[in-house]
Amino acid sequence: MMILSGDPPRSRVLTLLLVVIILALAATPFLFPGAKALNVAAKICVFAALVASYDLLLGYTGSVSFAHTMFYGIGSYAIAIALYGMGPNWAAVATGIVTGLPLAALLALAIGLFSLRVAAIFFAMITLAVASAFQVLASQLSWLTGGEDGRSFQLPELLRPGTVLISKNLFGFEINGRILTFYLVFAISALMILALLRVVNSPFGRVLQAIRENRFRAEALGFRTVFHLTYANCLAALVAASAGILNALWLRYAGPDTSLSFSIMLDILLMVVIGGMGTIYGAIIGATIFILAQNYLQSLMGVASKAASEAGLPLLPGLLHPDRWLLWLGLLFIASVYFFPTGVVGRLRHGGGKKTVGPSH
Amino acid sequence: MTDLAATDPLPKPKRDLAPVLLPIALALLMIPLIGSTSSWLTLTAASLAMGMMIFIMASGLTLVFGLMDVLNFGHGAFIAVGAYVATLVLAPFAASIQADSLWMNLAVLAPAALLSMAVSGALGLVVERVLILPVYGQHLKQILMTTGGLIVAEQTLYALWGPQIIPMPLPASLRGSFILGDVAIAKYRVLAMLIGLAVFIAIQLVLNRTKLGLLIRAGVENREMVEALGYRIRRLFLGVFMTGSALAGLGGVMWALYREQVHASMSDDLTVLIFIVVIIGGLGSIGGCFIGAILVAMVANYGGFLVPKLALVSNILLMVAILMWRPRGLYAVTSR
Repeated sequence: MMILSGDPPRSRVLTLLLVVIILALAATPFLFPGAKALNVAAKICVFAALVASYDLLLGYTGSVSFAHTMFYGIGSYAIAIALYGMGPNWAAVATGIVTGLPLAALLALAIGLFSLRVAAIFFAMITLAVASAFQVLASQLSWLTGGEDGRSFQLPELLRPGTVLISKNLFGFEINGRILTFYLVFAISALMILALLRVVNSPFGRVLQAIRENRFRAEALGFRTVFHLTYANCLAALVAASAGILNALWLRYAGPDTSLSFSIMLDILLMVVIGGMGTIYGAIIGATIFILAQNYLQSLMGVASKAASEAGLPLLPGLLHPDRWLLWLGLLFIASVYFFPTGVVGRLRHGGGKKTVGPSH
Repeated sequence: MTDLAATDPLPKPKRDLAPVLLPIALALLMIPLIGSTSSWLTLTAASLAMGMMIFIMASGLTLVFGLMDVLNFGHGAFIAVGAYVATLVLAPFAASIQADSLWMNLAVLAPAALLSMAVSGALGLVVERVLILPVYGQHLKQILMTTGGLIVAEQTLYALWGPQIIPMPLPASLRGSFILGDVAIAKYRVLAMLIGLAVFIAIQLVLNRTKLGLLIRAGVENREMVEALGYRIRRLFLGVFMTGSALAGLGGVMWALYREQVHASMSDDLTVLIFIVVIIGGLGSIGGCFIGAILVAMVANYGGFLVPKLALVSNILLMVAILMWRPRGLYAVTSR
């Protein structure tokens, strides 16, 4: 249990689910052929880490940040701009990492210190304002970021799909640069999630939970709450930026739609709530459910919408249109905040018990 | 503290004028920077009009927070709903909108605005009962619930009206500008200013001159005490919430006419502006909200003229500057 930091899933069904998800993700290149399955699997990995880092904020400190995609975007853009400007080599990858991560951490520090200095309730609003300003900035500085088009770039030789590492006739599967990139994404995401699990189960993480439950009391016990909250904010930003780096490496592209837009923020919020706040494992479950739904439910809805319009039903075709899938997820989101505030993980752990996780600020 | 005799009048509350002087000082400071007086006047008029519209949208949010400690992240939904509902009236009567008669235009515009207010107010009732009632006193869940509500509302608008941008032309008689010498002030902006001022005065009168307003102000200051005195503050709050939603709907119509188009995502940018206004003004303060709205609009207009690329960023800087000066906003009315 060392690797899980003494915080196992604590539910048989949950353990089983997690094992199935992780094994399926690890074996995706061999089990599910085709580019789409691999894309979905990589996205699940990246988002599981991203959502876990958001859970550190939302679930463990109880502060709602709307700037999480900003850090994700900083990571994506840093690596994209570096690889675009310096050409596809490892020096560029390193440059992207050493500029992106500190930038994200510094910005998180600034936001944390500023918004925690004023009333803590402003935190959500201020992060929203800063994130939208950043979004405008990114689209305005088009000489740097490519504006609305974003930046496409090439990966270093080793990670390209054309690079064959192990040829087909050895195992029956070809291991190429693309699959290597996938395992890079998989491994780093897994490491980050394990690291977050370590953080939340450390004494530091306990203090965060104490602040969530009762900030005043935590302060009275002598903990410097501003320091702890800012530190958590910076850690979350670092992981989010790293997830952004992985995402850009996988897509070989960074643009406003894939790494900065507000809808990604909403997606993260949905994933963390559906999965279960304050559990870290919820991030894996939430990201998997959400991204599978995003990729496969939509086509199902398309079929249903068509059927409804052929049957001549009013309104239903519009409501079932594939682009409207967020409507149903939004309803699911409200229902889950209301009925299952602990999400899938909390439900599985406590079997629908009344115990609620989350602050009652 | 000096002793007061029973017959002495109550001491007058101290007037805090520094925030009022702020927008005036900012406007005067801009004269030399902008250079020409006529463009300064045009920009100032534009800021006042924009500020009034933002104030109308933000006033409900700030009261809702001040009174019941509810953070409504879905406030933008009422704005979009208001604008869409107005198209229901404005589209069939497009002919009388294009007629060059002020009265005919207003005869269509007024019912459109009233219908928008009614629908968004009614939606406010539903939202308060369904989304907010179960999560009173829990900020985190309020934010999550209302964000979920925003997603659902926005998607429903897309489902009902389609994802395209709907044009919403200004009525013929409100197009063009009043020309005073070499200063041009758009007619619609004058109307917006008048409506905004009327709303501000009406809110101030209700808050300061009626028993209802007294209860609301008392509730903002100390909710438990008002409840202890036997008033049903939940019902009071429902009323404030519905009024705030209706005002957001009105603001949505006005904003849509100002931009001459309607889109479900129009509320996204506005929500950010409104939050900035509410934070600057001090949560729960109508006066602060009014000044904050004008300040934000001034920064947007002057900033857009002087450094066009930094319009939104300049608002953040404004917020930072004001919070450095007064960490709880211009007027801190709540004890929270």
